[in-house]
Amino acid sequence: MDEKKTAWERLQLVHTKGRPTIRDYIPLIFSEFYEMHGDRLYGDDKAIIGGVAVLDGIPVTVIAQVKGRDINENKNCNFAMPHPEGYRKALRLAKQAEKFHRPVICFIDTPGAFCGIAAEERGQGEAIAKNIAEFMTLRTPVISVVLGEGGSGGALALGVCDELAMLENAQYSVVSPRGFASILWKDASREQEACNIMKITAEDMLRLGVAETVIKEPLGGAHNDLDKISENIKEYLSLKIREKLQKDIDELLKERYTKFRKIGEFTNLSDFE
Amino acid sequence: MGEGMLSFFGVVKKRFNGSNNDDDNRETVKCPRCQSLVFLQKYEELHRVCPNCNYHGRLSTPERIEITFDEGSFRELDSDMISKNPIDFPDYSEKQQELRKSTGLNDAVVTGTATIRGIEVVAGIMDSRYMMGSMGSVVGEKITRAFEYATENKLPVILFTASGGARMQEGIVSLMQMAKTSGAVKLHSDSGGLYITVLTDPTTGGVTASFASLGDVIIAEPKVLIGFAGRRVIESTIRQRLPEDFQLAEFMQEHGFVDMIADRKKMRSTLYHLLKIHGYGED
Repeated sequence: MDEKKTAWERLQLVHTKGRPTIRDYIPLIFSEFYEMHGDRLYGDDKAIIGGVAVLDGIPVTVIAQVKGRDINENKNCNFAMPHPEGYRKALRLAKQAEKFHRPVICFIDTPGAFCGIAAEERGQGEAIAKNIAEFMTLRTPVISVVLGEGGSGGALALGVCDELAMLENAQYSVVSPRGFASILWKDASREQEACNIMKITAEDMLRLGVAETVIKEPLGGAHNDLDKISENIKEYLSLKIREKLQKDIDELLKERYTKFRKIGEFTNLSDFE
Repeated sequence: MGEGMLSFFGVVKKRFNGSNNDDDNRETVKCPRCQSLVFLQKYEELHRVCPNCNYHGRLSTPERIEITFDEGSFRELDSDMISKNPIDFPDYSEKQQELRKSTGLNDAVVTGTATIRGIEVVAGIMDSRYMMGSMGSVVGEKITRAFEYATENKLPVILFTASGGARMQEGIVSLMQMAKTSGAVKLHSDSGGLYITVLTDPTTGGVTASFASLGDVIIAEPKVLIGFAGRRVIESTIRQRLPEDFQLAEFMQEHGFVDMIADRKKMRSTLYHLLKIHGYGED
């Protein structure tokens, strides 16, 4: 890894025009992909796509947040900020995968869940909460990969998994750096400062026990060699999916619970003062 | 997450002309919902409910315990737990030390066992006085342990939520507490346990997007704020003022996310009957 880059520099890379999105990756990672639309409750959210695919000969379910490659695509996919129906579609497809014993692969790439009137009216909080709880006991392997930005509960809704990988320059955070500065300092312009103290890089995720793997990006970033980065992602996924498929499902669920169960740092007051 | 929580009953020291002899009885507070001035003494007698509009104000943990559970029945779990500083956030440790002194709390949630008219429950009470009830490692761990204890001992869980969301100062570690707590709720649920959520003012952000929304029964107190995104964030996204009732308990019920709205004075009895109907306290 190029460890000299700051979190802020990596964020700029992630925001670079031409950074590959899930639409670039799908044809290079999967041999087939059939998209499935809608949550069967309200609508079809374009910020999350999903469907069945074939990975190295293995049928899988793919669920992914979609960034646009230009302004029109971004308008269509709401800049990868899902509404509740996006999360409900994700859960519907995850349950479908569970039924047919297909592993689930989630690609995270969002600044956060959408903040708006309709999202509140349709229960953004409930939708995210339900995904988190249901993925925890989903009886099929789940692997998540953060492609660019993983912001807040909107990312975690696709992030309850057996293993999490980060692309080398990707970031995962409690809220976007801009949101962080705005909430804590009431000043969104201090985004850069926030970015550098929040501990949001791939390396931070390894250290904090949030991610297990960092997928190397080509020199200068993923956009410099789409074939190479796709190959790296595919190689990682093929290995992990095969590994998880061999495990007893109850054992796998225990490990999934433990992965999250052990995150947190606390002590006893009596030991401290 | 974590902002737009300016709805405390602010104390307004308003002295009426020429009567300085009993100031204490004339101290007033302003209701954040209907803006009316209420005598503090009256407000406290009503357990912090606005006599004018019935907004249910913020209670401290000891007050909540007193009005909800059988006298002397509350036994605290993990009372000694305090947070470390997982992302080395500047001044976080110092700030916590100060808050421990000023609030008498060790973090934003107190968990324990208690009885309601003799029925044993596992309880958790969040307190907005401690960093706006935000969830970091300690809130996450204590709530998770409470659910694990309840699962093991086949007890129901009652949580009073109050939170601005994830605790920014613990970064990604606080986000992961959403997964940790929700996982423990799910296992408790799968074991057949009853979980009642009581949403109090305010319940927002990462707490709404995790355990607060996962109750078998979701009760809210009247006129409390419930939502995912903060009001200010939404207003700056859509560039217009939101209606006054947006994200209040009644609004959330109207949209299908709250089972019932219950007055504080009826809460103990409501909880008792729900516990009975679910088969607790029968032996």
